[in-house]
Amino acid sequence: MFDNFVVPDLLPAAPELFLAFMALVILLVDLTVKDSRRTLTFALAQLTLLGCAAIQLFTSTGDVVYTFSNMFVDDLMADLLKLFLYMTVIVVLFYSRGYVIDRAAMNKGEYYVLALFATLGMMVMISANHFVTIYLGLELLSLSLYAMVAMNRESVVCSEAAMKYFVLGALASGLLLYGMSMIYGATGTLEITGIAERLYGGGVNKSVLTFGLVFLVAGLAFKLGVVPFHMWIPDVYHGAPTSVTLFIGSAPKLAAFAIVMRLLVNGLITMAQDWQAMLIILSVLSMAIGNLAAIAQTNLKRMLAYSAISHMGFMLLGITTGVVGGDARFALNAYSSAMFYVVAYVLMSAGTFGVILLMARAGFEADELDDFKGLNKRSPWFAGIMLMLMFSMAGVPFFIGFFAKFAVLQAVVAAGYIWLAVVAVLFSLIGAFYYLRVVKLMYFDVPVDPSPLSASMDMRVLISANGLAVALLGIFPQMIMSLCAYALLRSL
Amino acid sequence: MSTYPLLSLAIWIPIIAGLVVLATGSDRNAPLARMLALFGAVAGLLVSIPLWTGFDIANGGMQFVELKTWIPRFNINYHLGVDGISMLFVVLNSFITVIVVAAGWEVIQEKVAQYNAAFLIMSGLMNGIFSALDGVLFYVFFEASLIPLYLIIGVWGGPNRVYAAFKFFLFTLFGSLLLLIALMYLFIQSGGSFSILDWHKLPIALGAQIWLFLAFLVAFAVKVPMWPVHTWLPDAHVEAPTGGSIVLAAIALKLGAYGFLRFSLPIAPDASQELSGLVVALSLIAVVYIGFVALVQADMKKLVAYSSIAHMGFVTLGFFMFSAMGIEGALVQMVSHGFVSGAMFFCIGVMYDRVHSRQIADYGGVVNTMPKFAALFMLFSMANAGLPATSGFVGEFMVILGAVKFNFWVAFAAASSMVIGAAYTLWMYKRVIFGDVANHHVAELSDINNREFAILGVLAIGTLWMGLYPQPFTEVMHASVTDLLRHVAISKIQ
Repeated sequence: MFDNFVVPDLLPAAPELFLAFMALVILLVDLTVKDSRRTLTFALAQLTLLGCAAIQLFTSTGDVVYTFSNMFVDDLMADLLKLFLYMTVIVVLFYSRGYVIDRAAMNKGEYYVLALFATLGMMVMISANHFVTIYLGLELLSLSLYAMVAMNRESVVCSEAAMKYFVLGALASGLLLYGMSMIYGATGTLEITGIAERLYGGGVNKSVLTFGLVFLVAGLAFKLGVVPFHMWIPDVYHGAPTSVTLFIGSAPKLAAFAIVMRLLVNGLITMAQDWQAMLIILSVLSMAIGNLAAIAQTNLKRMLAYSAISHMGFMLLGITTGVVGGDARFALNAYSSAMFYVVAYVLMSAGTFGVILLMARAGFEADELDDFKGLNKRSPWFAGIMLMLMFSMAGVPFFIGFFAKFAVLQAVVAAGYIWLAVVAVLFSLIGAFYYLRVVKLMYFDVPVDPSPLSASMDMRVLISANGLAVALLGIFPQMIMSLCAYALLRSL
Repeated sequence: MSTYPLLSLAIWIPIIAGLVVLATGSDRNAPLARMLALFGAVAGLLVSIPLWTGFDIANGGMQFVELKTWIPRFNINYHLGVDGISMLFVVLNSFITVIVVAAGWEVIQEKVAQYNAAFLIMSGLMNGIFSALDGVLFYVFFEASLIPLYLIIGVWGGPNRVYAAFKFFLFTLFGSLLLLIALMYLFIQSGGSFSILDWHKLPIALGAQIWLFLAFLVAFAVKVPMWPVHTWLPDAHVEAPTGGSIVLAAIALKLGAYGFLRFSLPIAPDASQELSGLVVALSLIAVVYIGFVALVQADMKKLVAYSSIAHMGFVTLGFFMFSAMGIEGALVQMVSHGFVSGAMFFCIGVMYDRVHSRQIADYGGVVNTMPKFAALFMLFSMANAGLPATSGFVGEFMVILGAVKFNFWVAFAAASSMVIGAAYTLWMYKRVIFGDVANHHVAELSDINNREFAILGVLAIGTLWMGLYPQPFTEVMHASVTDLLRHVAISKIQ
């Protein structure tokens, strides 16, 4: 029975295994934690993530390695994205800490364990080379997030957001699965590299395949949160506790980018003409609706939700311009620009939600736009950090957001879609309005609540570092840009 | 040639000084912030002066060149250099920064550190715009300079400042975003170079040139500003604090005009010739129509703002004559306008600080209480009207001479502005300064103090110097303008 059982090579998945093991350990250890601040749980979670990063660096070979019967792949793109992922989650947990301690219902060991499991899910997604692996990672991420959104049990808004997230997330998973099953029907395999080979060989039923592709793209669009599959984003961002919004609004974008790359580029590159056309529509709609709807918001979290929609739309532009008329010359340039965009966005998004968390206190969320009135009077330093983040999001130099937009636009122009670049910058112009409004509130208006900020020192330091990183990486974007390009070069 | 990286110093000294000033924090340290700001501004000016004194007037190419790789991924370089066209603006900008810091010395009492820091940082960025030879570097400075000005208008501006700040930012951002796409197109066409000098040599088909020209036109026309995209300027000027108005008029408006010479004409010469009629027409509308608009203004700042638009119309007109006389005249006009409009806004600021009104109707008979001020204001009003022996005359006269060769009726329309300009400036002067003392506010006015006198005195010297002996200004630009014209005359269509 076990004749042809081969012990898989575990090394490529070492960080995942370590994280899974440690998450379980932390769950047990937390039972004994007496400290109401849960310092031990927090520290262990952070150490686990650091350990993952160390293992990742140590085991990375730079080559494309398949394991678990080709279900799992470890390549440089995965390594790099996972490193960014660990960094993001570490920062997110740091930012969340004060907020969570102030809210008794959330201050449980499960908060950290769920965050770790969500991270594990994202890691699996990033390294997936099989439809089942993708689905496994996606569900692990989603179920952890549903629970995290609902953790603040006393809040009706949070429960409502969790319910919405769950129902729509399940629908999206259904769409994705349906699409996968169609593609399986057309190609006879669930393995992503296998699908690419079958499609390359030809003789595949095109109509079934296209049908499956439509569902697959719809499912991905749900997860990315692009129009017209964006409805959950504003409600969940708004309703979830801010620390969870920060989590949802940052790290999963890296994983979503990864599965788009795995499914569409690694698996279905021969269908590029079809999915690129779909993505262009999604992208333009997202930039339009995201930017226009953001103007009307009075709640900062909701505004950032619409801004996230528009940013994901912009990022998709990079993915839509990889193959031009069957010519894949521009692929590396295009996909690495999209990857850089995601990384830059995650950095900015984490910082922005971080500032909201910095201003929040027990019983006060600081998520209304008016809460930012006169911040320059209350704390010139953090007003300055928020200013940099807002201008970066708007794509104004010298901040990283400018070079993110620059890289993507340059890919779009190189592919010859000048009209698309013009559309994109026009919507960026509309987008600039609501970012400017935040700056206006902070600098031009008088504070409603003149009390100084009361955040802890480590939080202040980290947010300052985050803001300065947005500025410094805007002046020296070369390193991350070329890292992204190199990782994709070695992985595609 | 100096071995010091003078251009880098001219860019980064003000920016770093700005950050240091920012670090002084709250208004308790305001005196320190002011001193540091003045020190930074003067240091910025001192490193700019060798650019002029060490300039080789026989060389039409780039001087003081610095070249370092910045973002090799996209072949973007930290490439700086100035030629006869841009050098004077670096010096002018550094000079105006000193004036601005001095102008806000007593007037600005709130958020002093942030105020001065914003101007210093902006000064560095503006020097960056004038000396960048890499398309992306230019763009980055070009757009980043919006941030400090947005804050200056919005934080220290008048009652309607929010509207003005948004209008300013979004209008100019709109223009520059199209410029960005044009830069990327050129990057692709040139096979992966962002060097502006490479683009000057790049052959481009006429159709593409026209699109590029139009993208440049939108970007720079908003900045200049040309009719009909000028509407942000009066709002921004009226709401901005005095320092903001000075920088806006003296430097920010020059960025657009400079862009025409650095981008439009040399990169798309055929399209420039093809569409010169359009630009000339827009310029003449600015000169004549906006001149009449200025005539009916009741607000002094608005009047000078409209007069700036009319003067900048002269500049764009001069550029598109394609003659050395026209372009050099336009450049002289730009520098002169830097002195004169800066001084005009400062004069209005002096009165506003005392009376808190900019309405012409609220004044009258100011000469009775402020004789020294009235005399200096007279000089700048005359310069604004283009009186001979002031700097305002030289540029306008050269442009009109250039226009006569180009087309008599264009020259006629342009020359009519000498009359209109005299009308609106002197009429305003008459109503504000002469006549009986209008009300008790005017009666209680105190004449300018030493600081104000020094600022106006320095600007007056500049104005008269340029008017009486423009040689040092024109000789530096001659070789570069000749090169530019030779370049523009050669078709790039292949």
